[in-house]
Amino acid sequence: MPLLEASHVTHFFGGLCAVSDFNLELQPGELIGIIGPNGAGKTTVFNLITGVYRASRGSIKMGGIELVGKTPNQITALGIARTFQNIRLFKDLSVLDNVRIAHYSQMGYSPLEALLHIGRYQAEEQRIIEEAMQLLSVFKLDHYAEERSANLPYGLQRRLEIARALATHPSLLLLDEPAAGMNPNEIGQLMELIHWIRDEFKLTIILIEHQMRLVMGICERIKVLDFGATIAEGLPAEIQNNPKVLEAYLGEGGGVA
Amino acid sequence: MADKPLTSQPEKPPTLERLRAGWEKIASNRKALPIALVVGFLLSFAIPQFELVNPYVQLILMYIGINIILTISLNLVNGYMGEFSVGHAGFMAVGAYISALLTTRVFPLGSGAWLFPLAVIAGGVGAGLVGLVVAVPSFKTRGDYLAIVTLALNMIVKSVIENIEAIGGPRGIPGIDKLTTLPWTFFWTVLAVWVIRNFVYSNFGRGVLSIREDEIASDLMSVNTRQVKLLAFTISSFFAGIAGALFAHVLQFISPRVFDIIKSTDVLIMVYLGGIGSIAGSILGATIYTVLLEVLRPLGMWRMVFMPLVLVLLMIFRPRGIMGLREFRWFIPYRDLFASRLWRQKKEVPDASA
Ligand SMILES: Nc1ncnc2c1ncn2[C@@H]1O[C@H](COP(=O)(O)OP(=O)(O)OP(=O)(O)O)[C@@H](O)[C@H]1O
Ligand SMILES: [Mg+2]
Repeated sequence: MPLLEASHVTHFFGGLCAVSDFNLELQPGELIGIIGPNGAGKTTVFNLITGVYRASRGSIKMGGIELVGKTPNQITALGIARTFQNIRLFKDLSVLDNVRIAHYSQMGYSPLEALLHIGRYQAEEQRIIEEAMQLLSVFKLDHYAEERSANLPYGLQRRLEIARALATHPSLLLLDEPAAGMNPNEIGQLMELIHWIRDEFKLTIILIEHQMRLVMGICERIKVLDFGATIAEGLPAEIQNNPKVLEAYLGEGGGVA
Repeated sequence: MADKPLTSQPEKPPTLERLRAGWEKIASNRKALPIALVVGFLLSFAIPQFELVNPYVQLILMYIGINIILTISLNLVNGYMGEFSVGHAGFMAVGAYISALLTTRVFPLGSGAWLFPLAVIAGGVGAGLVGLVVAVPSFKTRGDYLAIVTLALNMIVKSVIENIEAIGGPRGIPGIDKLTTLPWTFFWTVLAVWVIRNFVYSNFGRGVLSIREDEIASDLMSVNTRQVKLLAFTISSFFAGIAGALFAHVLQFISPRVFDIIKSTDVLIMVYLGGIGSIAGSILGATIYTVLLEVLRPLGMWRMVFMPLVLVLLMIFRPRGIMGLREFRWFIPYRDLFASRLWRQKKEVPDASA
């Protein structure tokens, strides 16, 4: 059974068709890329999967469970986590708190236990701290645990966003332009990191990216969107030489390779 | 004005430095909090018993306690969660009326003092339920409904009470026994501070903070934002009800006019004066404001001009208040304060033994 199955997903913003007839069958363990010019509808696809917007038409299923109509927190609890194109950390909160918050759906105590700090509260808080610190240390962020997250340098903020997403214990991770604003050296490190977390956390990953080096380098399969429509789909090598894709990008003044 | 003298001696610690060092000593001494609590509790008995201060000052002390409860509970919604609730006096009124009706009409004569805690709890529960009823529709959709809904609630509560003759209508309830004592005020204040502090330092409380920071991101990080909002708002109104019950039994006379929008504004000022998202700030804001109100009493009506002015100036020059988003270390649970240090120690111990 596919992990994620999107069929005929369509979404309108007023009269604008941001995504039209989007189809995807994602097998567990896959790492696929979504590319396309600015405004193609890539981020909207993520917003539809995670429940930020409700698809105008079509169905999205995770492990056989229909996602359309569910709230974002329900969908996240089902095992889908994401990062954001424009970093959306909880700026005024500490690095540790950013990660602890993402444990919300796994917190094993009731409001009453929280109000009185009794029962399962103590043990669960300890567990959450340890898990969160462990995760931070894996991402080499443990020394910043008490730091306000907005004070981290840009690259570390990107890394923290991935760590925070992983704290929700996802099986599917959606990365929205994780390399935005990174230099070639940092992009190399990011590629390694993505490979590594995929194996370590047994993840299936969808990656939106403009950096062709990253997409072509690590994605096994690529979908190309333009004006909401899927214009091509296939292996990286096929995509690179697809005339439609070249046209979409050249029309925008860019190049694929 | 002269510049700093060029020939200052940096070796000699200036008074400011010494003050800071002293403060650091106090702040880092966590044993001081339980001691202060015990001393405070004993004092709350001793003060009225031995007339350590005059009855007027005792009254002010009780108002400070009640205002701390009001401030910290409103801070949960407006400061920690970043919503804007403006009708706190409405919930206060519910608590005040429920408790006053119980002690004046329902409880058998002479049992008031014994059953008073029950009346206070009933006032809190009643206000909490009203809070829940208000919260369910206001948080159904995203957006700034809360300010309008809570403003309306404040007015509705007031006019409903005005129109029920059975509970005194506009004339209110006179002749309430003075059941709120200094020890009871101290007890309820500590309880309110403790419970809200506990809530804030739990993952529900962190959910509250994340809603203030970025509600959509919070939802996407698995926080059940609706549940968190309902919880925070219900807890907040519960304690407003508790404060209302205590207030009624200090004042000994309540009428709808006591719980008008001006009372709500007072609480708002205390929150934004002391500092949003801070327990220490709530205590500070409530204390300063209560004392200031008394000191400025001779100004009469001019207070009504002065106080909103304070709020406006505050919003301009220090929008987060004195302690905004900062916390005094005593109030932070040990595990939270030293989270990473404790974790590192725990990790290194097995390494060292190996
Ligand atoms: N909330 C919204 N309301 C109205 N229109 C929107 C909204 N979000 C996106 N759009 C529009 O939908 C289209 C697709 O936007 P989307 O953000 O998905 O593009 P994208 O492929 O992620 O682009 P980029 O590479 O610039 O991030 C754009 O035309 C955009 O203007
Ligand atoms: Mg985008």
